Amino acid sequence: MTGITPSQTVGPYFKYGLTPGDDYAWNDAFTNDLATPDVSGERIRIEGRVFDGDGKIVSDSMLEIWQPDGQGRFSDPQGGRSLQNLAFRGFGRCGTSSDGKYNFKTIKPGSVPGPNDRQQAPHIVLAVYARGMTRQAQTRIYFSDEVANASDPILALVPADRRDSLVAKKESDAQGTVYRFDIHLQGDNETVFFDI
Amino acid sequence: MTFVYPRESTEESFAPRLFAGYKSTIKRAPAKPLIIMPLTLSELTGPVYGHETVRERDNDLTVQHAGEPIGERIIVHGHVLDEDGRGVANTLVELWQANACGRYIHVVDQHPAPLDPNFTGAGRAVTDEKGYYRFVTIKPGAYPWGNHKNAWRPAHIHFSVFGHSFLSRVVTQMYFPNDPLFEFDPIFNSVADEKARMRMVSSFDLDSTQPDWALAYRFNIVLRGRNATPLETH
Repeated sequence: MTGITPSQTVGPYFKYGLTPGDDYAWNDAFTNDLATPDVSGERIRIEGRVFDGDGKIVSDSMLEIWQPDGQGRFSDPQGGRSLQNLAFRGFGRCGTSSDGKYNFKTIKPGSVPGPNDRQQAPHIVLAVYARGMTRQAQTRIYFSDEVANASDPILALVPADRRDSLVAKKESDAQGTVYRFDIHLQGDNETVFFDI
Repeated sequence: MTFVYPRESTEESFAPRLFAGYKSTIKRAPAKPLIIMPLTLSELTGPVYGHETVRERDNDLTVQHAGEPIGERIIVHGHVLDEDGRGVANTLVELWQANACGRYIHVVDQHPAPLDPNFTGAGRAVTDEKGYYRFVTIKPGAYPWGNHKNAWRPAHIHFSVFGHSFLSRVVTQMYFPNDPLFEFDPIFNSVADEKARMRMVSSFDLDSTQPDWALAYRFNIVLRGRNATPLETH
């Protein structure tokens, strides 16, 4: 057994290397648009802002999401336990803008099995990286219009008065369905983070 | 091969989320208890792509521009491994760093050191079937920051690595041996365990040095995750 390499903060200057977009010469390895034309499923947007413990916006954070397709299939079946899916990759990356905003274009995920083969409510796994974070914080995005949330085995582990922080609120605008999901790294409205 | 991800692995090796000496953690570390949960397919799987974006010369930060960057040319190479010491094949390694003067090509970094028009300071590589990766770059300089009076970061290269699962995903920093700034740096010292801390320090590698061309440093990155059914040891 070898000890693992410690995590260190991404610091304030990751943008030109990890999320250059149109601002820097380097090219992006990943995108915040997972809903490529060949992907089937319900197209949605997830939008929100990131806040620190003082309620100030965090303009130098990076979010990564990981999710299955509409049928609950991941593009990487570890140990063959997940149904194979090659059309939808399910990984996205987005940096927050100067006003603390992020957004993803994706499809609504299907449900995947949880502990003891109990089905989980549809959700997306989210990791938050930032200056001042010695390692990423892990959370989940659930959806406000899913009745399955009431019986989700992971949400059930969260104190009832904190569950709302994990549920993205469904809205619609001219471009379609958008789910609002703000992230509070700390404070009264602190987002629930998981120890995994 | 089924992987398991012992929680102890990170507990023993990682910095606490709140480390007062590194002031930016104070308002950004979760303050409420983290929820312990059983791992599900969502956590145990992870992306295994990204390598198709890697172009032929993305692992050489000295050839990305019209001219050569200024500074000490170095080879940085090593293996990405799991906790059993097995190489992690075909996984994406991303890096970014300051130039030889300690200046980042970022609008926020305005400290008075020159930018280098021939150095962007970002690279990518994919590990081979044995988990081996290799970069050619310029040794970064130390740089000043506002954490405390006369604060300087030791020279370092940021590494971002994926591995087998969303749980093995890590962003770390590689340091250089015998840096006199180590003892003064709260980010480095936020890792309490000395052995773990030293796993972030590369080793000078004379055997891999290319004579008349570049010094070499070896940096192995060990990711969380090991085989669920280890071989019996007698």
